[in-house]
Amino acid sequence: MPDRLRFAYMNARLLDPASGRDEIGHVLIEDGMIVDVGPDIFPDGTPGHMEVIDLDGLCLAPGLVDMHARIGEPGAEHKESFESAAAAARAGGITTLCTMPNTDPVIDNVALVEYVHRRANEGSDVHIRPFAAATQRLEGKQLTEFGLLQAAGAVAFTDGDRAIADATVMRRVLSYATAFDALIVQHAEEPSLARNGAMNEGELATRLGMKGIPTAAETIMVDRDIRLVEMTGARYHAAHLTTAKALDAVRRAKADGLPVTCGTAPLYFALNENEVNGYRTFAKVSPPLRSEDDRRAVVAAIRDGTIDVISSGHAPEDPEAKRQPFEQAEFGAVGLETMLALGLQLHMSEDVPLLSVLACMTCNPARLLGLDCGILAAGHPADLVIFDPGAPWIVDSKKFRSKSKNSPFDERPLQGHAVRTVVEGRTVFVRRVER
Amino acid sequence: MQDLSRSDIQRILDLSEEFIELNRQDKKKLTDLQGRTQINLFFENSTRTRTSFELAGKRLGADTINMSVEASSTKKGETLIDTAMTLNAMHPDVLVVRHPDSGAVALLSQKVDCAVVNGGDGQHEHPTQALLDALTIVRRLKRLEGLTIAIAGDVMHSRVARSNIYLLNTMGARVRVIAPPTLLPSGIERLGVEAFTDMRQGLRDVDVVMMLRLQRERMQGSFLPSVREYYHFYGLDHEKLSYAKPDALIMHPGPMNRGVEIDTDVADDIHRSVIREQVEMGVAVRMAVLRLLVAGRRNRVVGNA
Repeated sequence: MPDRLRFAYMNARLLDPASGRDEIGHVLIEDGMIVDVGPDIFPDGTPGHMEVIDLDGLCLAPGLVDMHARIGEPGAEHKESFESAAAAARAGGITTLCTMPNTDPVIDNVALVEYVHRRANEGSDVHIRPFAAATQRLEGKQLTEFGLLQAAGAVAFTDGDRAIADATVMRRVLSYATAFDALIVQHAEEPSLARNGAMNEGELATRLGMKGIPTAAETIMVDRDIRLVEMTGARYHAAHLTTAKALDAVRRAKADGLPVTCGTAPLYFALNENEVNGYRTFAKVSPPLRSEDDRRAVVAAIRDGTIDVISSGHAPEDPEAKRQPFEQAEFGAVGLETMLALGLQLHMSEDVPLLSVLACMTCNPARLLGLDCGILAAGHPADLVIFDPGAPWIVDSKKFRSKSKNSPFDERPLQGHAVRTVVEGRTVFVRRVER
Repeated sequence: MQDLSRSDIQRILDLSEEFIELNRQDKKKLTDLQGRTQINLFFENSTRTRTSFELAGKRLGADTINMSVEASSTKKGETLIDTAMTLNAMHPDVLVVRHPDSGAVALLSQKVDCAVVNGGDGQHEHPTQALLDALTIVRRLKRLEGLTIAIAGDVMHSRVARSNIYLLNTMGARVRVIAPPTLLPSGIERLGVEAFTDMRQGLRDVDVVMMLRLQRERMQGSFLPSVREYYHFYGLDHEKLSYAKPDALIMHPGPMNRGVEIDTDVADDIHRSVIREQVEMGVAVRMAVLRLLVAGRRNRVVGNA
């Protein structure tokens, strides 16, 4: 594919959540940048002398920005490497992938951020952006060098799947972050309430004889953090919210004008706790799958804009980590290759406007992270996903590009997938039509 | 236990009755399971359950062997599936498995070709205990339907409580649970029981009192302040027992902590305590389960959700 050339995608359904655009039209690309977008960009109706690709009504949107993916590198390359993650991302229509710092070693210093940057982007054709640890070794005690890490390329700070539990430490994390306008991303779960828990607390956990994690573990942490944001003014993002009450707390904080945002993952709007019945460890995720009422509250919060971000929550695990008694098994599910289709399902089955769903996977995370992608408009990079929203397919985890296959959606029929993924004007993925 | 129907349960109990008489004779050996191999695979210590299963197998004529595996030494349960595969290659006819993790027995059963009996998994289920409890009650009171039965003690951590709740509900009894609030699991009422935190109220007019063993380690982790306080409010003594029906049965799955959850006088009350009978019924029930499973169909787990 040309990348130093002018070329155009014609006759696409243009979807730009940032501007609200949803119309048939064309995109003109030059040197990897979007030059023009719209139905009338060619005065005489034809683009003249350049390569054109007629999309015949397929959807064209900004490439997805996945704000939360755990990759095995460094330390667990057998579960996922940058190469395998990038391949999975491309197939999932994701053009920017943010990686978590809870690796081995932990991404908590400048050298490691630079390493990720270099390793991730050598030979990889999706943008990989590292999050850095908020505290050293993720111990929740000593702050990391936010300023230097940010300069080295860290786009946000988080302790990954651990909450920053100590209130004083969290206060200082938030306070210090304001000096660099850094975004702090919290795994919102009070660890002392969640300890030894393997699933949502309630009737099902009692029947299965397992210790549960109460919804209050999430609510308490979000409530506390909102108070600390009030004190500090820092930009705070709760990574994956799963409960009606925590979402209400965020809704109120936003109404109060606080710089609080939150995200969720397809797991939490597509599934409920019943998935773990029969001790299905592929549905063991952190935070845990919740009740049907909470699942509906997540959908409602996406619809009303309380939830800003849908991320894959990608957490690859090998069979050895999952083929265990439930309480011994690792938490986590892969998500890169199912995120788009599950988002589309939210539109089709739950009646959430398509642009609202896409905003959560494109311009919203890009804005939070200060990235110039996620927007389908002139002057932005030509990171694009072209998808067929109606194409039916059945999830077959064996065919995942991901090294790990731990998906609770295996064998599930879904609709819609990326047919072409474009990064800086270059086609990095084309789906072969399977007949 | 959760999946067994009323007729399944009745069938097991009826067959167990036949074995009780046999077990009281001098000649106790049958040939139903002759040539069959039974492996008792215990990842958790248990003398009485293992012995009971061993005797049951031997009396049916099976060759039984015991394997104890320290679950803590198997690194994060990694060897559970390996162990299953290894044993499977030896072609046993039935595995009796106890494991400290809920659901572990069901997981293991997916990896082997033979029948698997759940000898207790984590805090999930202990089906043969519930069956032997039911048999004990039926022998004494002639029925289960319509009885009011209180299960008292550490309900939260008890697989015995869960299996009993399912069985007794299926058989038409009314089930109460009695425990301090910190030992009542969330959503327990949804299992079809009435929950009490006051023991006297909970015992009022019940036909049967099932006491549960209190693990001493519950004193750590702030479930309870002290043994003394627990005994004072939740230990079964004659005074609290006076709230139950005059002829109410007293049961305990053993081993008992005398002076913690049960007073010695009550435990040894020859008119009302059926604790030793429970042990006797255990062998009969396990014989029935083994015969139904092994002489009949294969590849089934008894009582896994």
